[in-house]
Amino acid sequence: MDQSIYKARKRANTLGLIASSFAMILGMVVLLWILFILLTKGFAALNVDFFTKSTPAAGSEGGGLANAIVGSLLMVISCTLISTPIGVLAGIFLSEYGDRSKIAVITRFVTDIMLSAPSIVIGLFVYAIIVAHIKHFSGWAGTVALSLLAVPVILKTTENMLRLIPATLREAAYALGTPKWKVSLSVILRAAQSGVMTGVLLAVARVSGETAPLLFTALNNQFFSADMNKPMANLPVVIYQFALSPYTNWVNLAWGGALLITLTVLGLNILARVFFREKS
Amino acid sequence: MTPDNTQLKNAIEVRNLDFFYGKFKGLKGINLNIAENKVTAFIGPSGCGKSTLLRTFNRMYDLYPGQRAEGQINLYGENILDPGRDLNLLRSKVGMIFQKPTPFPMSIYDNIAFGVKLYESLNKADMDERIEWALNKAALWNEVKDKLNQSGLSLSGGQQQRLCIARGVAVKPSVLLLDEPTSALDPISTGKVEELVHELKNDYTVAIVTHNMQQAARVSDFTAFMYLGELIEFNDTKQIFLKPDRKETEDYITGRFG
Repeated sequence: MDQSIYKARKRANTLGLIASSFAMILGMVVLLWILFILLTKGFAALNVDFFTKSTPAAGSEGGGLANAIVGSLLMVISCTLISTPIGVLAGIFLSEYGDRSKIAVITRFVTDIMLSAPSIVIGLFVYAIIVAHIKHFSGWAGTVALSLLAVPVILKTTENMLRLIPATLREAAYALGTPKWKVSLSVILRAAQSGVMTGVLLAVARVSGETAPLLFTALNNQFFSADMNKPMANLPVVIYQFALSPYTNWVNLAWGGALLITLTVLGLNILARVFFREKS
Repeated sequence: MTPDNTQLKNAIEVRNLDFFYGKFKGLKGINLNIAENKVTAFIGPSGCGKSTLLRTFNRMYDLYPGQRAEGQINLYGENILDPGRDLNLLRSKVGMIFQKPTPFPMSIYDNIAFGVKLYESLNKADMDERIEWALNKAALWNEVKDKLNQSGLSLSGGQQQRLCIARGVAVKPSVLLLDEPTSALDPISTGKVEELVHELKNDYTVAIVTHNMQQAARVSDFTAFMYLGELIEFNDTKQIFLKPDRKETEDYITGRFG
């Protein structure tokens, strides 16, 4: 046995360990730093008014983000309701029906592009096809923009999760004389349900923090409104506008909003993990 | 070469069957009869085509583009290779159990009800009865009767396999295809499944593929030995194991190759 080879390998191992630990610490420090600042500045803004009052006028005191919270909730929920069936069904098509057909190949290619498309491009697109035509910003336009971002994520995860289901389970279902649509929905989708749910939750987490697509579509609304046909307040755009303003009250509210979004996204991610772990 | 089963009724008659995986010929000119209410075993080394043959009986190969069969397979006189055949209907008559247990991600009860609901509409009481009947057939009732609402995936491997057998039996097919049903099971579960095969032939025609020659000898009435896509010898199981006609069969059975 050549001792020097063994020693060199051990040295390389130590070096690798140090390098990767350093990278991990660097990432953690930045992340915790962000969380720390967010928590200290954000918590100060949280109070009952924060959740019950609408955004204050420029320069005035008090107020809250109730209109933005409700607006964000409405748009994210309708986005989820629209994009989940589309994404899941398209994922089933790609995995169970299309497979290597031309239409499936094209869909996959487009999905990959959409996944990496800058969200501001999506916002401009919806502005051009909806807002420019109906001549005003609206909650629905915002929902459409968010859905365009969510569908590719849900579609991709669904397809990947369905592909993980072993062929033997498919064969077992067909062997009973089960028609194809029922094999896909009652057996395959069911077997992959926790993975698919995870994909949906991650997509929701992603769109709930998006600012750019809403800037050109839902824009903002200083007053409380649950009318999806009107411009609609939402957390990301309010944070964006308030954080850039010179008014201390607005800046504080922006911190509170940022904390709220971060906690929501964190919560969704944890929920997604729990979902996925329960099954596997 | 062929067993003396002329007095028996045939459930399946295979005539000049060729099978192709793309350009590769997996089965070459197979001819054989599978007798009703008997157990027919298929043995042979890996890749000899025994599973391929089994999978033509319910046209499972149809799921995969590029695989095709030529010739005739008559199920009670009707050629199942006819292009117009309704495959779902065919598969409800020719059930299949696989090598690995494949319970569906649902309760034990629903696992069995799933297949039944596809072709029959039973009321709750009749369905309960059918499920008890099927689980009894699969010798599983006593072990699961108190936990029918638990997930089928919570059972042990051997129980899962018997659940799959119950699921296959519950739709009352006329033929049951078993594709190495015990190769993933421990000896005790294997024993239970083998006893089951004995029981099943009272009501069903059984075709079983196995790597285990003792198993073929124990459970089957007829045995077919296959090699390189050809049917080398087909006869009474006793005859095959005690006094095979062909040298290849003898070599395989005595462990000289394969």
